[in-house]
Amino acid sequence: MLNNQGRPTRSGETSSAAAATFTGNRALDMEEALIFETGRLDATGVDIDEPPPFASRLGAHARKSEIGLPGLSEPEAVRHYVRLSRKNYSIDAGLYPLGSCTMKHNPRLNEKMARLPGFADIHPLQPTSTVQGALRLIDDLARTLMAMAGMPAIAMSPKAGAHGELCGMMAIKAAIEARGEGATRNVVLVPESAHGTNPATAALIGFSVRSVPTGADGIVDPAAVKAALGPEVAAIMLTNPNTCGLFEREIAAIAEAVHEAGAFFYCDGANFNAIMGKTRPGDLGVDAMHINLHKTFSTPHGGGGPGAGPVVLSKALAPFAPVPYVVIHGDMLRLVEHRQDSQAFGRMTAFNGQMGMFVRALSFILSHGADGLKQAAEDAVLSANYIRVCLNDLMSSPYGDRPCMHEALFDDRWLKETGLTTLDFAKAMIDEGYHPMTVYFPLVVHGAMLIEPTESESKASLDLFVMTLRDLAHSALGGERERFTAAPRLAPRRRLDETRAARQPVLKWTKPAPA
Amino acid sequence: MSQPRFSKDHEYIIVDGDVGTVGISEHAQAQLGDVVFVELPAVGDKVAKGAQAAVVESVKAASEVFSPASGEVVAVNGALEGEPSLINEDAMGKGWIVKIKLSDPAELDELMDEAAYQDFLKTIA
Amino acid sequence: MRYLPLDAADRALMLARVGVSHIDEIFADIPADKRLNGLLDIPTRKSEIEVDRILSSLAGRNVAAGSVPFFLGAGAYRHHVPASVDHLIQRSEFLTSYTPYQPEIAQGTLQVLFEFQTQVAALTGMEVANASMYDGSTACGEAMLMAHRLTRRNKAVLSGGLHSQYADVAATLASMAGDKIVRLPPDIKASEDLAAAIDENTSCVIVQSPDFFGNPRDLAPIKAAAEAKGALLIAVFTEAVSLGALRSPGEMGADIVVGEGQSIGNALNFGGPYVGLFATHLKYARQMPGRLAGETVDADGRRSFVLTLSTREQHIRREKATSNICTNSGLCALAFSIHMSLLGQTGLQRLARVNHANSVALADRLAEIKGVEIVNQYFFNEFTIRTPRVAEELIEALAKRGIIGGLPVSRLLPDAGLDDLIVVAGTETNSDEDRAAFAAVLTQCLSV
Repeated sequence: MLNNQGRPTRSGETSSAAAATFTGNRALDMEEALIFETGRLDATGVDIDEPPPFASRLGAHARKSEIGLPGLSEPEAVRHYVRLSRKNYSIDAGLYPLGSCTMKHNPRLNEKMARLPGFADIHPLQPTSTVQGALRLIDDLARTLMAMAGMPAIAMSPKAGAHGELCGMMAIKAAIEARGEGATRNVVLVPESAHGTNPATAALIGFSVRSVPTGADGIVDPAAVKAALGPEVAAIMLTNPNTCGLFEREIAAIAEAVHEAGAFFYCDGANFNAIMGKTRPGDLGVDAMHINLHKTFSTPHGGGGPGAGPVVLSKALAPFAPVPYVVIHGDMLRLVEHRQDSQAFGRMTAFNGQMGMFVRALSFILSHGADGLKQAAEDAVLSANYIRVCLNDLMSSPYGDRPCMHEALFDDRWLKETGLTTLDFAKAMIDEGYHPMTVYFPLVVHGAMLIEPTESESKASLDLFVMTLRDLAHSALGGERERFTAAPRLAPRRRLDETRAARQPVLKWTKPAPA
Repeated sequence: MSQPRFSKDHEYIIVDGDVGTVGISEHAQAQLGDVVFVELPAVGDKVAKGAQAAVVESVKAASEVFSPASGEVVAVNGALEGEPSLINEDAMGKGWIVKIKLSDPAELDELMDEAAYQDFLKTIA
Repeated sequence: MRYLPLDAADRALMLARVGVSHIDEIFADIPADKRLNGLLDIPTRKSEIEVDRILSSLAGRNVAAGSVPFFLGAGAYRHHVPASVDHLIQRSEFLTSYTPYQPEIAQGTLQVLFEFQTQVAALTGMEVANASMYDGSTACGEAMLMAHRLTRRNKAVLSGGLHSQYADVAATLASMAGDKIVRLPPDIKASEDLAAAIDENTSCVIVQSPDFFGNPRDLAPIKAAAEAKGALLIAVFTEAVSLGALRSPGEMGADIVVGEGQSIGNALNFGGPYVGLFATHLKYARQMPGRLAGETVDADGRRSFVLTLSTREQHIRREKATSNICTNSGLCALAFSIHMSLLGQTGLQRLARVNHANSVALADRLAEIKGVEIVNQYFFNEFTIRTPRVAEELIEALAKRGIIGGLPVSRLLPDAGLDDLIVVAGTETNSDEDRAAFAAVLTQCLSV
């Protein structure tokens, strides 16, 4: 099922321009050109001495053409990137209510630890006798994640959540093939509410996707699952808590039905922040679950990545875990890097996985401890419910007064009479100094608004957020339009013409033709 | 030239002799938003009724165009390559997507006429 | 707990407002027999001092590359990253921001991605590049799948000079997707006959240059052979600095170029996070996986940047997406771009000359040692040596004497009969003393 719910993508109405300045700057809100417009081709901000003359061994392979990229001195570079950085919203600057993304605080201790030379300045292929501390860290994190998940095995190498999904589904496919059912079990069940990576992952490795409907109460009905199961089904992919912010309370029955039918249970662990320390996926019947270290375990989002997606595995899937993995050999740790005679299904990536993220995640886990992690989950869930009850007299929710987990879901029915859309509401939040919540996801709800505060917000912060949304909601319901349709008016940029970007793609800078 | 007939997936077909011109309805183009790209089949491709004939993309969405009838693709609207906006501007006319030589005209009876389609739209609003 | 702002009074107020008396009432949907009643069986919270102590102790048990003469490459390279790079990527607005889905408040990230894409396209000699992949090996796998889509064939031919872990990643994808792979045997002298392996069922031929053994490759004849059979040429590189010295893959006719960007802006980090580079022709842009930043204008007509051509991606196409990828390697791409902006083409080419000069100096020194043979005729900053000793043992012996001397080929290719080969890299971070120390200790180890 493709996502076919579109929405307006033009710039919309213009409004009166602010006072013009010579530079185009507005005090601290500064315009910044591209480096290709300000840099010079012969400039460089790195001092490198020319080597003394020597006999080249490049042969005919030497580059003769110009690359065409300018350089900047260090002061120019610093100014360029500092000015650009100031055009970004960030967790450090404000509440980032993106449902499903878990925008929690990124502790700076993690950054310090990750930069210790003993972690940052080691090569993945050094003799293992020279990196025992690194292998020990990976092993410690692995054991901790397994303990949190209640599962006996783990694959540490996937580089992101979607990569982890791929790893888990590959392990399932390998297990099915080992049973001799590879030719017959070629369907994967995916709820309509699933994140797009789920069906994309299944399709990538040759499964066809069968949709399972989400019930009116927002969760998956075991009867619907049973109806969809059959000897052709390899696995079900569920998110728990699900993308509507609800705990799949029938999960045990679903797991049982899936296993009885000879299929496997893949769990998308994106929302693990809600349940860590409260329940364990292994106890719920999960066979494989990826954990987004950049969500639950605070590794920084960095403007879009890098992530890390280790996958906990059940006993049935453990033999198929990919290389590489760490094993204990007497008093030394070793890396198994080749499948050889094992049933490992293969390799997900070169080298050893996202060590930089492992250090940060372990630093987070050690800091919180068992008590802190449980408290974090409880605070995340409490904060989401607090927001839910503070807004649900004004904003409609598909599941009524039902408690949510770590994220609260609203839809756009309450906006219907106003003629305003979820998008308009979101853009108006920007002018108030907030990044909008996740919008238009999950697809099963019209004009979805998914709010996830995380455990990192003080009560004062939550209260201000709630009051701001109430002010906006009253405004919308009271008939105000420009506050929404012209928004954002105060951001570094107003609404963009995304239609033009897609119809006439300009994907890099090219030198303008001489006038 | 006959009147357009509509499928429940919001495609239309306008038949002239044994060739049907297929596109997506006004409602569908409004749902999708500004069309930015159309993935067209090749001339000569065979399509079955209900199978994907094309994909229409907007910025935020992609929608399969299922053929309302079975047959062979005899023409595709090349103008959509440079001007995908034709689907938004004139979905029923210049924004046509493919022309199909029908293999089973009886299939048309299963489709809705304009009035029935408008009634159908009210039920899903 | 220092990261949790709510206190007991806050929680009490909030619980009352929610209308429950205990937090566990909100968790009531968890089946009773599956609830954890106590705490997880892991240690309880620790202060910064304690965490620092534990992790510093683990870090202290590793030999940092900068603390010894270091000559290991094989797909990840030790380069000097200017101090300002790491400082800038730690700015809050870069470090703690999300994917730029709300472009009005993410122009910083989006403009950086646009600049990054421009840099990658220029370096690789291609028309368009994406906003990065996880790393070079997964980018290589994705390129293979893209070639399958474009040619509607599903057989890939892999050069024997391709990094074997890259080949393993591609092979894993292929076996899972039901596609075919032809892997040529390890090709230490760049003498394989790739053309002979390409037929009418081949979707792509994947060639690394400089290859795993250090040999630069002329891709033009391979491109011709591939084109003759309707197949695509995928060029791979693992050492981004080589693009400052060698003919670009685009110039030599590559259809898709993928590689590892770690060398520019990013530390070794024991294998990750790294940054995958991906570039191709404009006509293939809609089949390219990954995020793309594009230029447009806003409502006031000002130039702006936005993620575009999103319909290729999983959140819209779902099971029909070009890939399942969601994340890019944002912060690592930023580091690459900042370093590249500081270098400029002038700096990059000079850096490449220093790398090559240092490797030539190293090769000359090692060649003088009795028993050491340099296998390569041509190389950039990495070459293969053959010695009379078993390479893995020799490398261990060197390590015990404080030298990281390169990669024993048998570690990556255990059954190829290449147990006497070591791949050695020389970068700008090696000094004359380092090279002298390496040569002296190697001589010692070989005379035993």
